[in-house]
Amino acid sequence: MDAVIEEFLEQFADPVLLTGLAQVAVAAALAALVVGLSHLRGLTLERELAVALVRGLIQIVAMGSIVGVLLTVDFVWSGVILLGMMIGATWISKNRGEGLPGVVRVSFFAIVFGSGLVIITMTLAGAIEATVRNLVPVGSMIIANAMQINSLALDRFKSEIASNRAEIEAGLALGAPPAAVISRHVETGVQASLIPVIDSLKSLGWVWIPGIMAGMILAGENPIYAALYQFVIMAMIFAAGGLTSMTSSLLIGKYVFTDAEQLRRVETDSSS
Amino acid sequence: MAIPESTVLVVVGPSGAGKSSFLRLLNRLDEPTERMVLLDGEDYRNIPPRALRRRVGLVPQDPALVPGTVFDNVARGPLLRDETHLEELLERLGLTGYEDRDVEELSGGEKQRIAIARTLLNDPDVLLLDEPTSHLDSAAEERVETLLVDLIHELDLTVVMVTHDEDQARRIGDRVLVLRDGRLDRVGPVEEVLA
Repeated sequence: MDAVIEEFLEQFADPVLLTGLAQVAVAAALAALVVGLSHLRGLTLERELAVALVRGLIQIVAMGSIVGVLLTVDFVWSGVILLGMMIGATWISKNRGEGLPGVVRVSFFAIVFGSGLVIITMTLAGAIEATVRNLVPVGSMIIANAMQINSLALDRFKSEIASNRAEIEAGLALGAPPAAVISRHVETGVQASLIPVIDSLKSLGWVWIPGIMAGMILAGENPIYAALYQFVIMAMIFAAGGLTSMTSSLLIGKYVFTDAEQLRRVETDSSS
Repeated sequence: MAIPESTVLVVVGPSGAGKSSFLRLLNRLDEPTERMVLLDGEDYRNIPPRALRRRVGLVPQDPALVPGTVFDNVARGPLLRDETHLEELLERLGLTGYEDRDVEELSGGEKQRIAIARTLLNDPDVLLLDEPTSHLDSAAEERVETLLVDLIHELDLTVVMVTHDEDQARRIGDRVLVLRDGRLDRVGPVEEVLA
């Protein structure tokens, strides 16, 4: 145990950290520029931006300092770690869908289902090595992307409902089934949420050489294999994200109606 | 308060009095918080919502048509997809040959007539109309109003119509309900209440 603590403390004494801090300072200056511009342009985003930057730095350094220990724990713990990440992802994602009924339940279920299914399938298929040091970083990447896609889907769905309330209620008033009335808006949410990952897939390899592939090549891996594995990662992200946003949109599309098939109020709703 | 069969009840009152809310309640787009709504003596909460809304059809103030063609709009929702019935109704509403027109290209009066057509295709017992002519110019208003009067008599409909126009209320209504601050203020025959 003493050895673990010693190793934990030793990493803070490494002179490379000074270089790292200098790099952080330059990157933070650029980020601060954006925060400043946001303030000047009256985007009222500066608070959220600043908090997100500081929070991101603290979280990643905290994770960096314990990751050495984390990656040596027993394999069984990886499930617990990933589940913890999914809970965190739900927490972040639900803010985007704030005001939608059942948003926490729906986000949690969708993220667990979408990313869980992909992680388990790919681990069973051997594409993700069944060790903590593989499962946790790759799993976290899938979960983080599922979260992002879920947020986009909820955000878009919410504004669809707000701006199309009259049309949805006109459909209900005719005695049409809620699922039929809402389906166009559910689809719009899913489509919008998948645009970034589809664009990433399109630009893969010519506009964008992702980190994992670059790292594998630098570590001496066969470049073609590195490319194939990078595609596997992208496909996993796409699959998990697509499953997540379809699940959450479909479920939210149900929760948004009462048992008597009335459209519930959504909090940001500006209509009367 | 009761609405007798085959009568036209006009609902008037200042804006914010709850006229539209009253229609939403009758169509069960909103839930009654106290008291009950009975349809043919039956608590309407015992009727499945879709069946109820087909029997008590609402034409909203904003036609809120779905992007697409006229056919996409009128064929949506109704149980009846009997196209002879559809053609006949479109003819009745002066919309023959409109099936493939894009709703974006239509005038306000045409959109309103399509909204009326899609509700009538359900063959409702009760028709709820929320200011059906308020967005229209006077020529279109007259046309839609005449059409409504003919349809109401021909189909022997029970109608609840919201209007802010007391002259229109006199022309169309049998009975009047005056709402004020969300409460029933007066109800009775048109000639008495709007004397």
